Amino acid sequence: MATLTLYDTHTAHHDHAEHGDHGHHKETFLTKYVFSQDHKMIAKQFLITGIFMGVVAMTLSILFRIQLAYPDESFPLLEMLLGKFAPEGRLDPNFYLSLVTIHGTIMVFFVLTAGLSGTFSNLLIPLQLGARDMASPFMNMLSYWFFATASVIMLATFFIETGPASSGWTIYPPLSALPKAMPGSGLGMTMWLISMVLFVASSLMGGINYVSTVLNMRTKGMDLWKMPLTIWAFFLTAIVGILSFPVLVAAVVLLIFDRSFGTSFYLSDIYIAGQALPNEGGSPVLWQHLFWFLGHPEVYIVLMPALGITSEVIATNARKPIFGYHAMVYSLIGITVLSFIVWGHHMFVTGMNPFLGGVFMITTLIIAVPSAVKTFNYLATLWRGNIRFTPAMLFAIGLVSFFISGGLTGIFLGNAALDINLHDTYFVVAHFHLVMGSAAIFGMLSGIYHWFPKMFGKMMDAKLGYLHFWLTFISAYLVFFPMHFMGLDGVPRRYYAFTEFESMSEWLSVNKFITWSAILGAVAQVAFLYNFVYSIFWGKKTVQNPWESTTLEWTTPVEHLHGNWPGEIPTVYRWPYDYSKPGSDVDFISQITPLSETMSSNLPHDFEGNEESERIQLDWEKQNNKELVK
Amino acid sequence: MKILKYINIKSAFAFIALISLFVNNLFAQAATTAVATVIDAEEKNAYVPKMVTYYLLLFLLVCIVIALIGKILSVYDLTKKVQGAKEGFSWDKFNGFLFLAFLVVGLYGTYWSYTVQGAQILPESASEHGVKIDEMFNLTLIITTIVFVITHILLFVFSFQYSYSTKKKAYFLPHNNTLEKYWTVIPAIVLTILVLMGFFTWRDITNISPDGIRNAIHVEVTGHQFAWEVRYGGKDNLNGRKNYKLIGGLGGLNSLGLDLSDKKNYDDLTVTEIVLPVNKSVRFNLGSKDVLHSFYMPHFRAQMNCVPGMSTSFQFTPRLTTADMRDKVNDPNFNYYLLCAKICGGSHFNMKFAVKIVSQKEYDKWIVAQKPLVTAAMLKSYQEGLAKKETTVATNKIALNN
Repeated sequence: MATLTLYDTHTAHHDHAEHGDHGHHKETFLTKYVFSQDHKMIAKQFLITGIFMGVVAMTLSILFRIQLAYPDESFPLLEMLLGKFAPEGRLDPNFYLSLVTIHGTIMVFFVLTAGLSGTFSNLLIPLQLGARDMASPFMNMLSYWFFATASVIMLATFFIETGPASSGWTIYPPLSALPKAMPGSGLGMTMWLISMVLFVASSLMGGINYVSTVLNMRTKGMDLWKMPLTIWAFFLTAIVGILSFPVLVAAVVLLIFDRSFGTSFYLSDIYIAGQALPNEGGSPVLWQHLFWFLGHPEVYIVLMPALGITSEVIATNARKPIFGYHAMVYSLIGITVLSFIVWGHHMFVTGMNPFLGGVFMITTLIIAVPSAVKTFNYLATLWRGNIRFTPAMLFAIGLVSFFISGGLTGIFLGNAALDINLHDTYFVVAHFHLVMGSAAIFGMLSGIYHWFPKMFGKMMDAKLGYLHFWLTFISAYLVFFPMHFMGLDGVPRRYYAFTEFESMSEWLSVNKFITWSAILGAVAQVAFLYNFVYSIFWGKKTVQNPWESTTLEWTTPVEHLHGNWPGEIPTVYRWPYDYSKPGSDVDFISQITPLSETMSSNLPHDFEGNEESERIQLDWEKQNNKELVK
Repeated sequence: MKILKYINIKSAFAFIALISLFVNNLFAQAATTAVATVIDAEEKNAYVPKMVTYYLLLFLLVCIVIALIGKILSVYDLTKKVQGAKEGFSWDKFNGFLFLAFLVVGLYGTYWSYTVQGAQILPESASEHGVKIDEMFNLTLIITTIVFVITHILLFVFSFQYSYSTKKKAYFLPHNNTLEKYWTVIPAIVLTILVLMGFFTWRDITNISPDGIRNAIHVEVTGHQFAWEVRYGGKDNLNGRKNYKLIGGLGGLNSLGLDLSDKKNYDDLTVTEIVLPVNKSVRFNLGSKDVLHSFYMPHFRAQMNCVPGMSTSFQFTPRLTTADMRDKVNDPNFNYYLLCAKICGGSHFNMKFAVKIVSQKEYDKWIVAQKPLVTAAMLKSYQEGLAKKETTVATNKIALNN
């Protein structure tokens, strides 16, 4: 720890002068907490907005779960809360679909994209790379405010007469294009589209910032192969986002044209509400191609940051280097590239040319290989570790478990022949809720517990964290595991009630069980929310490096300053995973510790072929009668 | 000590809150009994606030219990430290143990799910290609289950075995390229096998020879909000031309938009349930009038979207009659059905259509009893329309000549 406090604080002013007006102007409430351009504050803004949206989306899911468990019962409370969306205390079928749609939209985009990437990319990219802030702090601020505006618009749809968008989070036209097809396709859908355009703008501004910061603003010595895996993950995620999100905007703009200006990009041969529409020549399948060209990379946008966070948390808490750092990076790169050529596996039975289906099946199953490599590397990292079960570590292990369970069912769905019978059933619901829903949420929670001290200078209560983890972990499995079997019984998703099919009645008791498990999971989040809010204000004050971690962010002082480091930015001398290195008397060596200070623990590969250093090391070892460890 | 004091104040507050809520409730109860003449709706919902209060109280109680347990644990920890034990309660060991327990319970739960809920899934495939799909499913299931069990055993056993101790040091193992190679190549090989199997099965299902298509029974299924319309090809086994702009024409009778200038339409049959002979290939030509629907017959492992403006199809051969299946699943009320699997609006959950597989003999008997889709009334309306058109054309001509 001693090495961490060696800064010459007298250089602070000199350094600030070089960097323009950092920290010199007077900060008002407005510039500090609202229109902040400091990446740490923006990260907190993203986090808190993300958590709020997460709670909203979770509440929506509980509402529709109640409907599924008790399709024939009346809940007057619902009528009191929702008014005409729940006449006679039962959800309206169209409103049920709205709930499903907005739950999906908020969870995928607002929580797991903005809440996850927005929080941790903003917080960690400058801190772990040794930068004073993002490449463009102003754009960073805009990114948050576009996101906040998008959130407000999305939630505002609950207060309009026709209700929120309700054609599923994938908003397939013609259903989403025709206000006559369902009430949610009226004003609610217009607002959904506007909200998403703003959201994508936010996401792009964030992404461009992350990429340029990673490429240009690393501190001295921080070459790409010395970056922590978190940064690799955020970097590649941002690239995926930049390349795929514009396609969604293109698709959305065409849909807006179809809805409002009478074009026929997605519409053809439609007779609805007693009237034949003039649109001819469009194709609903075009939307699906455009949507999934974003939609599939999107699941990796959600998952990769979670995997990056997990890599960091597991290495730190197992007190071991992450196993196969290079393999981890290459598998991330593999996933990044492959994620762009697998979108067709969402469309095997949509009328797409079957030959194309065969091609997409091949690329889809290839993407399982880098995923498998990552899983095995996590397991190898845990092997013979010395595992500290902080709440962050528990959630990281939970992520690995979900990643395995959900990933394996992907092998079924990626197979076009098997997908015929599984497409749009509960099997799909189970699959993606485990592999990207639960896994990514666990990655996010892991990150929150791990970097809470860095964000707020306080510690969260560990015991409440344990309680939160175990309840959430167990309830997630109880909720999603039985859904596989419903899917295998051919029960389609997005069904308002199972009452119309006699064969589905056997799942009614399972539905009740799932709903109560979901309620347990939701209640467990109270432990987290309480812990989070309480700890911000009254938590135990943290020390500088509470988890004894090697990365740069823990070399900054606990008190936040604009510019992150007082004085010079530290230079990086080694990779980020020197935990429990043989020959070292501490079990972690910070990235800013030069090799010359750790002569007893240096290994041949540390020198990266630098002959001068190798010679010095050999001389030292001769003097100290030590064999160079192979 | 400070913390102790704080907790006491908190629990005191909680108790006050509890008591006040109870009192409030009593008053509320008294109030409802006093005012007996409330209107129906209000009376019906009067218990709601009370119910909510009770649940909130229950939740509060649980929170207090949890807080108390937390308190007791920290006191226990403190006393242990005071007594001079080096370490208090080891939460690392505790969590490691919980992971082990989770593994045991979880594996049992998985086994239970596989056997109990696994028994509730679809019966064996009623179609020929479905048998191949099921075989591949079972193979994939076996492989993935093995991987699932092994990786989870490793994950949770490692978590238990290597939980933190001050006495040991983690083993520094940054990489091992041989291992990496193994777990890149082995999954790659297994996946290649699965991909190839899947690819050929998929091609078999989707690539049907022109002869195969011609010889199949042609059935057209059109989805709309929220029902299915089914027509058989009739004697020529071909469905006549349609045009969506004609829907609702012929005095509102033309629900599919049949183009009656196409003679192939005249022998097409309308049905109220899909009846098919066993062991004979059937080709479903699919369409939609309004939004996307998905033609899904789970027992036959058959699914294909119905797309407005685009014709899709799915061809398969049923292999078990309804009667066969009733024997197999031991349920005399069993019936096949067609449902919608693509979100299509408010009544998406209610688009059932009956399907029956029978012997060739029964099918032949059934098909002759089916009515033509083009009724006499439709034909009359069509001819009237034609006549009117001719006269307008004629008058136009006269007008032009003048």
